[in-house]
Amino acid sequence: MTTLNAGSHGDHDHHEVPYLVGKGGVWATIVDWATTVDHKKLGVMYLTAILALFAIGGVAALMVRTELLDPIRTGPGGPDDVHGWMFNVGQLDEATGERKYTAATANNTYNRLFTMHGAIMVFMVIVPGIPASLGNFFLPLMLGAKDVAFPRLNLLSWYVYVTGSIFGVLAIALNGVDTGWTFYTPYSTTTDVGHWRVVYMILAAFILGFSSILTGLNFVVTVHKLRAPGMGWFDMPLFVWGIYATAVIQVLATPVIGITLLLLVFERVFRVGIFDPSLGGDPVLYQHFFWFYSHPVVYVMILPGMGVISDVIAVHSRKPIFGYRAIAFASLGIAGVAFIVWGHHMFASMSEVGSVVFSALTFLVAIPTAVKIFNWIATLYKGSIALTTPMLYALVFLFLFAIGGLTGLPLATLASDLHLHDSYFVVAHFHYVMFGGTIIALLAGLHHWWPKMFGKEYSVLWANIGCLLVFVGFNVTFFTQFFMGTQGMPRRYASYPDEFQLYHQISTYGSYVLGAGFFLHLLVFIHSLVAGERAKENPWGALTLEWEATSPPSEHNFAHQPMLKHGPYDFDLAVPPYWKASDWPLPDKAEVERVRLSH
Amino acid sequence: MSTIQADHDHGRHDDPSRPLYERYKHAHHFVTADEEFDACKTGMWLFLATEVLLFAGLFMAYTYFRWRYPEAFANGSQYLDWRWGGLNTVILLISSYTAATAVRNAQLNEQAALRRNLLITVVCGLLFIGIKFVFEYGPKWSVGKRPGAWFSYPFAHDPSEPMWWSVYYCATGIHALHVVIGAGLLLWCYRRSLKQAYGPTHYTMVENSALYWHLVDLIWIFLFPLLYLIH
Repeated sequence: MTTLNAGSHGDHDHHEVPYLVGKGGVWATIVDWATTVDHKKLGVMYLTAILALFAIGGVAALMVRTELLDPIRTGPGGPDDVHGWMFNVGQLDEATGERKYTAATANNTYNRLFTMHGAIMVFMVIVPGIPASLGNFFLPLMLGAKDVAFPRLNLLSWYVYVTGSIFGVLAIALNGVDTGWTFYTPYSTTTDVGHWRVVYMILAAFILGFSSILTGLNFVVTVHKLRAPGMGWFDMPLFVWGIYATAVIQVLATPVIGITLLLLVFERVFRVGIFDPSLGGDPVLYQHFFWFYSHPVVYVMILPGMGVISDVIAVHSRKPIFGYRAIAFASLGIAGVAFIVWGHHMFASMSEVGSVVFSALTFLVAIPTAVKIFNWIATLYKGSIALTTPMLYALVFLFLFAIGGLTGLPLATLASDLHLHDSYFVVAHFHYVMFGGTIIALLAGLHHWWPKMFGKEYSVLWANIGCLLVFVGFNVTFFTQFFMGTQGMPRRYASYPDEFQLYHQISTYGSYVLGAGFFLHLLVFIHSLVAGERAKENPWGALTLEWEATSPPSEHNFAHQPMLKHGPYDFDLAVPPYWKASDWPLPDKAEVERVRLSH
Repeated sequence: MSTIQADHDHGRHDDPSRPLYERYKHAHHFVTADEEFDACKTGMWLFLATEVLLFAGLFMAYTYFRWRYPEAFANGSQYLDWRWGGLNTVILLISSYTAATAVRNAQLNEQAALRRNLLITVVCGLLFIGIKFVFEYGPKWSVGKRPGAWFSYPFAHDPSEPMWWSVYYCATGIHALHVVIGAGLLLWCYRRSLKQAYGPTHYTMVENSALYWHLVDLIWIFLFPLLYLIH
C-alpha cells in the first residue's frame, strides 16, 4: 500500500485528459484558463490575442490602402477644397459648431492609421507571433518536456503582453499617436503636447518588451535544461533551433529598447533633454539606440519562421533535411550578425565611413540566409512532395522570402539606397520579408500543427484556396510597390501625383484579395473547430516528438517520458520505403530494417 | 527497505515537524530539485545579462555626451563629493559580502547567521538610498542642479551642464531603483527565513536575490569612478 502511495508522484494515469477539456462549469473553465500555467493553454491564449490584434492591424492597413485608392487632394479652391472620398472626418469648429473638412485633418487620420498598423503589427503581432504562440505550445512538446522551465513566469508574460497591448490600443483609440512605429525624436517628443497618448504608446512598447524578455529567457532555459533523455543539441528539431536563436536575441536586444523607451518617456515627462538638441541632446543617438534593438528584432521576427519552414519542408517532402547543422548554425550566425548591422537604417544621417562599414556588414546577413534557402531547396529535390496546405505555404515562403531577401541588397548598397531610401521600395521590401516571411510561416506552422493543437482536421481544399488568394493578393499588393518606389513614391504620404494612381489602385485591389484570403482562412479554422473531423495522432507522418502525444495533447503532454529513438528528420532510416503518412504509426525497428532490406 | 526509504522521502514534504525548506516540493516538470535549482540559476544569469544591457544604454549615453561635452562633464563631476560616493561604495561592498555569506549560511544551515546577514544587507541597501537622497540628490536639486529643462543653477560654468545632470540623474536614479528592488527581494528572503524556508536542500531564492544584489553592486562600482572620480 505504501509503495503505491509513494509512486503516485510519478504515476500519470489521471493526467490523460486532453488539455482542452473544461473544468466543470463555464465560470470554472474561465478561471482555469485565466490562471493556467500550462504552456499549451498559454500558447492558445497567445494565439488568440495575436490573431485578434492581427485583425485590428489588418483593418488599419486596408483603410490605409483604401485611402490611397482615391487620396486626399487639395483642389483649386484653396486649402478648404479637399477631394478624396475617405477620411473627410473633419474637425469640429467650437466657435461655429460646424464640422470643417481640411487636408490637415484627413492627413492626420491617415498618419494615425498607418501608425496603428505599424505599431500593432510589429510590437504585438510579428515579434511575439510565432515564438509566443506556436513556440509556447510546441517547444516543450518537441523537447519531450512536460512544460517550459518557468510556467508561472510564462503566465506572467502573457498578462504583461495583454497589458502592453491594451495600453497600445488605448493610446491609438484615444486618437493621438501619429509618430509611426519608430517614435523618432524630436517628432515623438514634441507632438501631441498636453496629452499622454504618445507616452502611453511608448510605455506599451516598453511593457511588451518585458513580455518578450521573459518569454525569451524562459525558452533559453527550457532548451538548455529540459531536453528529453538522449536528446543532444543536434537531435533537436530545427524549429527548436529557430526559437532558441530568437530567444537569445530577445534576451540580449530587448533591454536596449527598454532603456531607450524609458529615456524617451523621461524626455517627454521630465524633459531631461537627452534626445533634444535644444537642451544639448542628440536625436540621432535615439536612432542608434532604437535600431540597435529594432534591427536584431527583425531576426526575432524571421528566425522562428525559418524554423517552421525547415520542419514543414522536411516533413511534407518526406526527406531528411539537407544540411541540418548548416541550418542550425545559420540561425545562430544570423543572430550574431543581427547585432552589428543596425547602422544601415541611418545611411542618410551618418558619416560616409560609418555608412561604408555598415553597408559591408549588412551584406554578411545574406550569407547565412542564402545557406538556409539553398538547403530548403536541396531538401525538396527528389523528395516525395505532398502539396498539403502547410507545404503550399512553405513554397510561398520560399518564393516571397527570396524576393524580399534579394531586394534587400539594393538597400544595403549605399549608392542605390540613397535613391530608394524611405520610398515604397523599402515598404515593399520589408513586407516581403515580414509578411511574406513571418506571417506566411505562421500560417504554414498553424496549418501544420493545427490537427495537433486542437485535435480537429480542416478542409484542405478550402485552406488551399485561401493560400492561393493570399499568395496572389500579396504579390499584387506589394510587387506593384517596388515599381512605385523606384519611381520615387515616398512612404507615409496620404497623397501622391496622378502618375502613381494606377499603381496605387492595383495595389489596393490586391490588398482586398489578400484580406479575402485571410477571411477565408478564418472561416476554415472556425469550421474545423465546430465541425472538423477528429484528427489522427500523426496525420503527416512526422518524426518529431510532439506527434507522439495525443491529438490534442493530454494535460501533461505525454503519458510516459518519451525517449528519443531516431533523429527529427530520419525519414530514410526510421520509415520503411514507400510508406505514406496514412500508414502511421511506425512499426518497430526490426520490421523497418526487414522492409528496407527487402526493397 | 528501499521502499520505506522512498516513502520516507516523499512523506517529508507533508511532515509539519520538519523545517520548511525540507518540505519544499520541486515543480513537477523537473526530474530533480537539483535540476530545478540549475534552471532557476541559469534564468537569473540570463536576466542579469539583460540588466547589464539595460545599463549599457546609459553607459553609452554617458560616453557619447562626455565625448561631445568634455568641459561640462569634467566640470560637472567636480560638483559631486567623492566622500559620499566613496562611503556608499563601501556600504555596497559590505552588503555584497553579507549577501554572499548569507548564501553560504543557507548551504550550511546556519539559520541565525542567515537571518542576520540578510538583514544587514537590507539595512545597507536602505542606508545607500538614504545617503543618496538626503546628502546628494536633495542639496543638489535645491540649488538648481537639475536635469535638462529643470536646470536652474545660476553659476554654471558651461552651457551644456544640464546634459551632465541629465545623465547623472538618469543613471544613478535607475540604479537607485534597482537598489530598492534588490533590497525588496532580500527583505522577502529575510521574512521567509524567519520560517526556516531556506536550508541546504533548498535556497534558490537566496542565491538568486544575492546574484541580483551583486549585479546592483557591480553597476555602482562602474558608476562611481565614471561620475565621481574622472574629471
